[in-house]
Amino acid sequence: MVSYESVVDTVAELFMKAETELPEDIISALEDAYENEDSDMAKSQLHTILENIEIARKRKLPMCQDTGIPIVFLEIGRDVKLDFDIKKAIVEGVKIATREVPLRPNAVHPLTRENPGTNIGDGIPDIVCELMEGDAIKITAVPKGAGSENMSRLRMFNPSQVDEVKRFIVETVRLAGGKPCPPIIVGVGIGGSFDKSARLAKKAVFRELGKPSEYEEELLKAVNSLGIGPMGLGGKTTALAVNVEMAYCHTASLPVAVNIQCWASRRASAILR
Amino acid sequence: MEYRLRTPLSYDDISSLKTGDIVYLSGVIYTARDKAHQRILSFKEENKELPFPLDGQVIYHCGPLAKKRDGSWHIVAAGPTTSARMNSSTVKLLENYDVRAIIGKGGMSGEVSEAMKGKCVYLAYTGGAAAIAAEAIKSVREVYWEDLGMPEAVWVLEVENFGPMITGIDTEGNSIFLEVEREVERRFSEMFG
Repeated sequence: MVSYESVVDTVAELFMKAETELPEDIISALEDAYENEDSDMAKSQLHTILENIEIARKRKLPMCQDTGIPIVFLEIGRDVKLDFDIKKAIVEGVKIATREVPLRPNAVHPLTRENPGTNIGDGIPDIVCELMEGDAIKITAVPKGAGSENMSRLRMFNPSQVDEVKRFIVETVRLAGGKPCPPIIVGVGIGGSFDKSARLAKKAVFRELGKPSEYEEELLKAVNSLGIGPMGLGGKTTALAVNVEMAYCHTASLPVAVNIQCWASRRASAILR
Repeated sequence: MEYRLRTPLSYDDISSLKTGDIVYLSGVIYTARDKAHQRILSFKEENKELPFPLDGQVIYHCGPLAKKRDGSWHIVAAGPTTSARMNSSTVKLLENYDVRAIIGKGGMSGEVSEAMKGKCVYLAYTGGAAAIAAEAIKSVREVYWEDLGMPEAVWVLEVENFGPMITGIDTEGNSIFLEVEREVERRFSEMFG
């Protein structure tokens, strides 16, 4: 039986893990990029990144001072019975993580910019729920930094503009330049509705790196041919991956969202039964 | 070329730096982001004296993650933030203060390169390298404007061999970032017309 306490503890632990240990798939993509680069400048940036990841892991320190805003993905099996307020448990877990990891207090009121210092506020932590089969809950903590998030774009295309989608994606990366801490991961959501496309893009960002589709490979090649390179100082690796998620959409619309993620693509998951 | 410099910096210290040169800094650096820049400029407008000096100093675009232990602040993580957000305020800042170096990530605009001519350099630190940066920060000497919140306050940090940083904009106004940007635009046009 999943309890209130187990969710609180798990959320706090997952943020600790996410902030201090980068997932293996991301590290190995960064190592490949280091091997693949020719210029000393690009290599030096990747070398510093890899060294930083190692120090953070060994000393249990956040790898980046922008510890992000807390986002929690919940995949809830339909046989799970919850007799407590799971959102409250997640809020409590984030509070503990903010104190213990620690997380930088990033969450502010959008207009007054007032900072409560807790990373808690209306709508934050952002909790995204999905219903699944089974009797388990999968909790994924994804702290999302602002430098890369700020470079994201969304556009409602006309259905006749299918050919312009690729240009829009590559253009988003071009406009971002060195600002989102490349090498980046590009999450693309195509279809759905205005908000669904953005959610798909976010989901794409945090997908484990694996076998890209032909379309994703084509996009990655185009993005990397721009030559922005690590930290925008020029080079072959602008992106580690372009991940695309699609959904059916209205015959009259074509939403496309591009969510940008820095090299510090932090995520950690646990399954509770 | 590799340089090891100590703050405060004179113009002579920075005038020989060329884009691509590697720099390590020791001494004192001042963090400042969006809100600190706004407040510095509002002090100037109201003819109020700043609580800290900027002439000959180094500004670090950074919102550190700090923890209070036994009554004093310790830096946990302190990598650079995106400098471009401070583009317009930096032009105004450089009109009024002889800041000699600005540390950040992602580069700054052509207007900033112009404003830096004969005055200041931009040092690019690897974005996200917050754990390495924290190791080079020896102590927190002072915190100003804590009411702005932890990331936005001005932190006066004592550093030792802080780097490696790459000279991104030199005192002649050359910018690696603008060079790369121009080439990226050319390739983009080639691809999509």
